[in-house]
Amino acid sequence: MKRIGVFVCHCGTNIANTVDCANVAEVAKDFPGVVYSCDYKYMCSEPGQVMIQEAIREHNLDGYVVAACSPRMHEPTFRKCAERAGMNPYMVEQVNIREQCSWVHADKTKGTGKSIDITRMGVAKVAQNEPLFSTTIPVTKRALVIGAGIAGIQAAIDIADAGYPVTLLDREHSMGGKMAQVDKTFPTLDCSACILTPKMVEAAQHPNIEIVTYAEVEAVDGFVGNFDVTIRKKARYVDVNKCTGCGLCSEKCPKKVASEFEMNLGTRKAIYVPFPQAVPNKPVIDAKNCRFLLDGKCGVCKKVCPTGAVDYEQKDEVIVERFGSIVVATGFEQFDISKYEEYGAGRIPDVITGLHLERLMNASGPTMGKIKRPSDGKVPEKIVFIKCVGSRDEAKGRPYCSRACCMYVAKHATLIKEKIPTSKSYIFYMDVRTAGKNYEEFYARTQNEYDAQYIRGRVSKIFQVGDKLIVRGEDSLLGRPVEIEADLVVLAAGMDPQQDAKDLARTLGISYDQHGWFTEAHPKLRPVETHTAGIFLAGACQGPKDIPDSVAQASAAAVKAAGLLSKKELTAEAQTAGCNEAYCSGCGLCVAICPYKAIELKRISERVHGGTRERQVSSVNQGLCQGCGACSVACPSSAMNLKGFSNDQILAEVDALCQR
Amino acid sequence: MSAVDEKKVNAAGQPDPNWEPNIVGFACNWCTYAGADLAGLSRMQYPPNVKLIRVPCSGRANPQFVLRAFQKGADGVLVAGCHPGDCHYATGNYFTRRRFLLFQRLLEFSGIDPRRFQARWISGAEAPKFRDVVTQMAEEVKALGPNRKLREEL
Ligand code: SF4
Ligand code: SF4
Repeated sequence: MKRIGVFVCHCGTNIANTVDCANVAEVAKDFPGVVYSCDYKYMCSEPGQVMIQEAIREHNLDGYVVAACSPRMHEPTFRKCAERAGMNPYMVEQVNIREQCSWVHADKTKGTGKSIDITRMGVAKVAQNEPLFSTTIPVTKRALVIGAGIAGIQAAIDIADAGYPVTLLDREHSMGGKMAQVDKTFPTLDCSACILTPKMVEAAQHPNIEIVTYAEVEAVDGFVGNFDVTIRKKARYVDVNKCTGCGLCSEKCPKKVASEFEMNLGTRKAIYVPFPQAVPNKPVIDAKNCRFLLDGKCGVCKKVCPTGAVDYEQKDEVIVERFGSIVVATGFEQFDISKYEEYGAGRIPDVITGLHLERLMNASGPTMGKIKRPSDGKVPEKIVFIKCVGSRDEAKGRPYCSRACCMYVAKHATLIKEKIPTSKSYIFYMDVRTAGKNYEEFYARTQNEYDAQYIRGRVSKIFQVGDKLIVRGEDSLLGRPVEIEADLVVLAAGMDPQQDAKDLARTLGISYDQHGWFTEAHPKLRPVETHTAGIFLAGACQGPKDIPDSVAQASAAAVKAAGLLSKKELTAEAQTAGCNEAYCSGCGLCVAICPYKAIELKRISERVHGGTRERQVSSVNQGLCQGCGACSVACPSSAMNLKGFSNDQILAEVDALCQR
Repeated sequence: MSAVDEKKVNAAGQPDPNWEPNIVGFACNWCTYAGADLAGLSRMQYPPNVKLIRVPCSGRANPQFVLRAFQKGADGVLVAGCHPGDCHYATGNYFTRRRFLLFQRLLEFSGIDPRRFQARWISGAEAPKFRDVVTQMAEEVKALGPNRKLREEL
């Protein structure tokens, strides 16, 4: 029989107020196996731990139970404490008499009773515990960054600077992400391209960075330190090694289509680079619009290309590469404004979004930086902005704040006034949120120096009369209806997660919230980690963010990723599954249920009646196993078991709880 | 020892008014156990009848464990984990869902009221839901009285 200790913590008064700790310790003395038991004010404190260690030595304990706060809080503390006294750390069980007892049951008799029950449960479990040992796994010293917007670029550069090779992947043809579409950035009004392009070039020229654009992650196998990532490099129909980026092909291509980069306000060709500063600056053929690829007629680009780079036969290429860590930086999508029927969004051409306006203001945009209405090219005089479109709106399923719109609207109003001095901007808002550094000052200038008129209230309807847009709403400060005859309406569309974010999350095995934003491991203390070891988050894929926040988070994720890569080896989970080969029938049910593909069937030979016999049994890869225990339940012969949560341990807990 | 004595069923096995049901809960570490912790952090109050056994995943809860609880005298069993689709281990709770729907029928067939055995999805953020589920279950099982089915003679 194991010699077990019980340590009951008061947690100051947090537990002691509603649980008679001394009584719990006293009753525990009679539990089977318990040779020592005591209570103390703070078990997690230094003196508390010293006390436990002394008791371990003095009473020659094989294991102990600490009745205290949640094991989600201090389990590592008490495991380390055991280790320091020479006890295997897995011989410790922590039972939760704070979060799940003293704090939720005000009645001291009841609280004490429940504490006794769950302490008995812990003792019964420890009596079944076995020492466990972690294995080590090697680390592949390479990182993958998914998404080459500003967050991905920053993360890649930081990891590369730390000395590790990085593959920076994007599904678009060029790096740059949303920031590439933006004209100027708040609150400094730097030109976006002027600060982004050097970053793109730096990444592209960095000896440790490999840029893979027009590619998607198809599958991720493996585990922290050793992810095997299947990447599909989509056919570009252009051999990037031969192409010099001269641009002749695009010039001569006869097929014009609406440009996604220009928010459909301008056109591009079927063979094209999305924008002039694109990196890599090599064109791609859009197979859906290429006349040659559609019906074999044309072929102009192949004829004019001086280096013979155009290759209509090119196929997608699928590669598998191994990475030690992954940074996800897939960003956001602009909210689809056509959900706002009442604003005529998507129907009335002069009701546009913030990103449309960015393109209309950009010197290399479709209007060469002249702000003109999409419908008739007229220069607008009266501009109405509506904030929180697709943000803070329960009815549209977007209860969250998109965080950047307040500032970009202020920026737009400022820039419009500079470009069209006779113009006047009206801004409908719910609140103005300007929490960043120098943001409030910027907003004040927009009002005071640039004459933007802020109207607190909601717009109920927008409709067209002649060439004017009638904006009808309410001024909720004055409590009266307002109507403005506008030339242009700009909706400050909020941020949505990428439409296929959930698919990527499933591929990666990371979690996401009800909207599709990826979830961090802890909202305050682990903001760039995911629940899946080795995968980190950067930028707006985790939730709406502006550029400074995205960059800061990207550097944080890079430090985490590089920190992981700097390790010689990783310690694998010790609480893993294991198969008792004597019982295993080789049915393979466990193989199918394991979400990590950690189980394989192997052949063993054994001696039976003097001869040898071959048979199949299952075997668990200790590096891949994450310890979920699914296999142990699927196994019909109880051959598979989970260390740390074994059948015997859990049954002992059940028995202890049912004991009356 | 008074705290323990209080929970006893009276000798004749009649549900006396002071009788309190004993309910064993299996809670996955990532969602429901965290949700229960959050209920504590938020100082929500609920009856003490449900005691949680922490398991890595609701998919670790073997029907065998549930059976054992009823055999050993539990009046109710709760299995709770992340919402389907949000399993920390990707797919574990899909198996839980299928397995326990069937199991609930089977138990019903052997005379155990389905209210005594429930599988629920409670995320790490759903502290109020945790409180409500355990409160409701405690009340329902209390109304049903002590469980006698499957129970080993003690
Ligand atoms: S415990 Fe889970 S992860 Fe480990 S081998 Fe079994 S099914 Fe796979
Ligand atoms: S399910 Fe059990 S018996 Fe079947 S192969 Fe896996 S360990 Fe062996």
